Amino acid sequence: MRPFLYAALAALPFLAPALLTAQTPPLRLDSPFRPPVAFTDENPAPPVPADVTDDRRVARNYPEQPPVIPHNIRDYQITTNTNRCLTCHSRQYTEASQAPMISITHYVDREGQTLGGVSPRRYFCLQCHVPQTVARPLVPNTFTDIDSLMSRPAPGGGQP
Amino acid sequence: MMDRRDFIKAQAIAAAAAAGGISLPAVAQTSAVAGEDAALKWAKAPCRFCGTGCGVMVATKNNRVVATHGDMQAEVNRGLNCVKGYFLSKIMYGQDRLTRPLLRMRDGQYHKDGEFQPVSWDRAFDEMARQWKRVLTEKGPDAVGMFGSGQWTIWEGYAASKLMRGGFRTNNLDPNARHCMASAAVAFIRTFGMDEPMGCYDDFEHADAFVLWGSNMAEMHPILWTRITDRRLSHSHVKVAVLSTFEHRTFELADIPMVFVPGTDLAILNFIANHIIRTGRVNRDFVDKHCNFRLGQKDIGYGLRPEHVLEVRAANAKDPTDSKPIDFDAFAAFVSEYTVEKTAQLTGVPQERLLALAELYADPKIKVMSLWTMGFNQHVRGVWVNHMVYNIHLLTGKISEPGNSPFSLTGQPSACGTAREVGTFAHRLPADMQVANPTHRAHTEQAWKLPKDLLPGKIGYHAVLMDRMLHDGKLNAYWIQVNNNLQAAPNTENETYPGYRNPDNFIVVSDAYPTVTASAADLILPAAMWVEKEGAYGNAERRTHFWHQLVTAPGEARSDLWQIMEFSKRFTTDEVWPKAILDANPAYRGKTLFDVLFRNGTVDRFPLSDLDPGYENQESKDFGFYVQKGLFEEYADFGRGHGHDLAPFDTYHQVRGLRWPVVKGQETRWRYREGLDPFVPAGEGVKFYGNPDGKANIFAFPYEPPAETPDTDFDLWLVTGRVLEHWHSGSMTMRVPELYRAMPMAMVFMHPDDAQARGLRRGSEVKVVSRRGEIRTRVETRGRNKPPRGVIFVPWFDSARLINKCTLDATDPISKQTDFKKCAVKVVPA
Repeated sequence: MRPFLYAALAALPFLAPALLTAQTPPLRLDSPFRPPVAFTDENPAPPVPADVTDDRRVARNYPEQPPVIPHNIRDYQITTNTNRCLTCHSRQYTEASQAPMISITHYVDREGQTLGGVSPRRYFCLQCHVPQTVARPLVPNTFTDIDSLMSRPAPGGGQP
Repeated sequence: MMDRRDFIKAQAIAAAAAAGGISLPAVAQTSAVAGEDAALKWAKAPCRFCGTGCGVMVATKNNRVVATHGDMQAEVNRGLNCVKGYFLSKIMYGQDRLTRPLLRMRDGQYHKDGEFQPVSWDRAFDEMARQWKRVLTEKGPDAVGMFGSGQWTIWEGYAASKLMRGGFRTNNLDPNARHCMASAAVAFIRTFGMDEPMGCYDDFEHADAFVLWGSNMAEMHPILWTRITDRRLSHSHVKVAVLSTFEHRTFELADIPMVFVPGTDLAILNFIANHIIRTGRVNRDFVDKHCNFRLGQKDIGYGLRPEHVLEVRAANAKDPTDSKPIDFDAFAAFVSEYTVEKTAQLTGVPQERLLALAELYADPKIKVMSLWTMGFNQHVRGVWVNHMVYNIHLLTGKISEPGNSPFSLTGQPSACGTAREVGTFAHRLPADMQVANPTHRAHTEQAWKLPKDLLPGKIGYHAVLMDRMLHDGKLNAYWIQVNNNLQAAPNTENETYPGYRNPDNFIVVSDAYPTVTASAADLILPAAMWVEKEGAYGNAERRTHFWHQLVTAPGEARSDLWQIMEFSKRFTTDEVWPKAILDANPAYRGKTLFDVLFRNGTVDRFPLSDLDPGYENQESKDFGFYVQKGLFEEYADFGRGHGHDLAPFDTYHQVRGLRWPVVKGQETRWRYREGLDPFVPAGEGVKFYGNPDGKANIFAFPYEPPAETPDTDFDLWLVTGRVLEHWHSGSMTMRVPELYRAMPMAMVFMHPDDAQARGLRRGSEVKVVSRRGEIRTRVETRGRNKPPRGVIFVPWFDSARLINKCTLDATDPISKQTDFKKCAVKVVPA
């Protein structure tokens, strides 16, 4: 143990009563995304986090949430002529690819008509579906999904 | 983690047991089928993020938002959202929500260098009022100010405007929208005499060509981009041209891609005008009837501090807005030097692409929609480029009809609704009126039931000037709401941060989360956000849309509206208004600012019984009247009857927004054209009625270089901007785990050859250094943005890597909007 830490520990019994008597302890307030440094300081940059590539589906927070992409998409081309995502995920290719088929909503145009193919308005997949890195979120999120809020399960499954 | 086979086995046993009426501990605890308990309450709201204004359906249960999805009935997006919009459910639930006022204290007293301690709202407002009164007494109204936002709801911005101008008698009120679209707003007024686009999003389904001038819509306006994609991929004749200083995702759809040298868009626009004229495709009938020509002021400086060498050297830095009338021939002669050869050389764009682009405008058969955002607006000649794009639409008459549409996009949900229409800029009043105009002030005094000559006529400090004045100790009491300016402003380490920590100044920040701006404040007020309050926004196509309060804000967090109104109770007219005005108007004596601004018989005229019983309304219940309705109706009267008409308050709670002017219940999709706009008299055809002569102005401006250009010491252009996954400074989206993991840090996007030339590769740690500051980050050479050699792109969402320490506080001298797209840096190994 380093000397300065000993010093800090030794001082602790004397500091503690002072802290206890204070009505509200002072609060250090920093943007949680900045390591606790002054505005004028610059921190070393962390390494670039790796992409998540485990191909495991992640449960959605609610049915309408676009699923995240659990695989690498590096160098995937999406242009007016080619869309690499659809070569696995569109209806006709899913048997060979065993990839999940894109939602049937993606075959519906702006007027609500179902089309014979993917609706052009859904063409650029990455506007809604994003890959994930292994970076750990710095701020926990307390969003609670509907299942956790239901007091008891409804008919059709689950336990009373 | 249980593997797939075990999971299926466990679920099968549980299902069999349930069928036999036996209870077993099982993996599946809740139903897969909705029963009574799974019923959700759904309500509409606009998205919290960009200026597109998508409709969202929000599901609540037990006072929590549990789901959101794109509103099928919303015209803007018809069921779609972008990835940020789909994650709106989570933005209010970051664990570190601010729930109590926090004051810097030492020994039980406020102290500039104290530590933050939780205090009551009373204590917070007491200290704040004490500081305001100190500054007002010592220095007068010019030393207090407020910095708001295009994220304020309409009534929040309106209440702030009343408090600052009518209460404290200062126009030191500006929105962060100054950083975002001031150039567009100023050019609208100078060209058409009225702000905001003549067209609307319906143009997407009518145009044959789309030209994106410095706008990466694929990332920044994704849902509008789906409408362009839909049109382009469904109709083979449709063309898309994309212009930028670096290649980005929007180029994926480009038929005519163009990467040009930063700042040379001015030359491209003059070349197009020249091409239209030289090939005889000017719509002379239209131009003769509906346009004036003017020669603008040249050499107008760069909006830096007046003592800066570039300002001293500029011939016309003091009167940048001047212009004089010319005729068509003089305009034609002026742009004639912008030949295809010269323009190709200056811009680095091949001649054939320039010609292909010019033909989209010149060909009378092609309906063309021009779209722009920050590439145009954050530009030291931002007003000029805005004028220049109107020039080419006006020369060809391609304007104010379906598909022919110069369209300025906005970055914030109520940049139009609050910053512009309400008039929260330092120079504006509601409905396009100006503080410098005595008639407009008199009208406002009447509408607000305030004494004659109360409102100040001096234009207040704009965003960048506020920072300079805080820095110099001339602005001393400052309230920041709904924005993160210490992350967003330019040259922050030299020009913004020192002002916040200046011992003469008291800085208040209202926010939902601890941002870098909040950490540099003296008092932090916890804010309710989005559907924690009743709100209204106005999007980029003049659509006003409303939402109800759907959940309660956490702890003691309160809406900005409540904060503004509650704070106004701390002042009496005797304390803040001049004696002469009170002597002449004794009835106002002894009243609080709350009384004269909000209990004026207009704002407080709707009782609580008007509230929809299905929804909570915290502010109204606190103040005892329907606050939002009273404020909206008082405000809406400014615009009714002369082209800014808004519908009655209650209508907006029923519909998915309406595009103003709303006349006899009908919205207006295209303005200034007979048959489409009720304000154009029969027989006129087209009338730009914002200007007294009914004509639009075509301005002649030259190409002029940016304020700072790379040299041997700082050899790269720095372009800053945004990314799809994060909205602005990331204070909301960085707290959504899925969005954080998708884009956890701001890297420096650079050309692989530029990296290699510096001994760097992807992932190398580097410093990005300018003459003003530096950051440390890592190199990205194969990401979504592909800059050409000599240009780097760094997004500004990441508060751990504050790229605005490097940017230059040069602004457009006319609009005072910062150029965040052009300064010189170097990249060195860290």
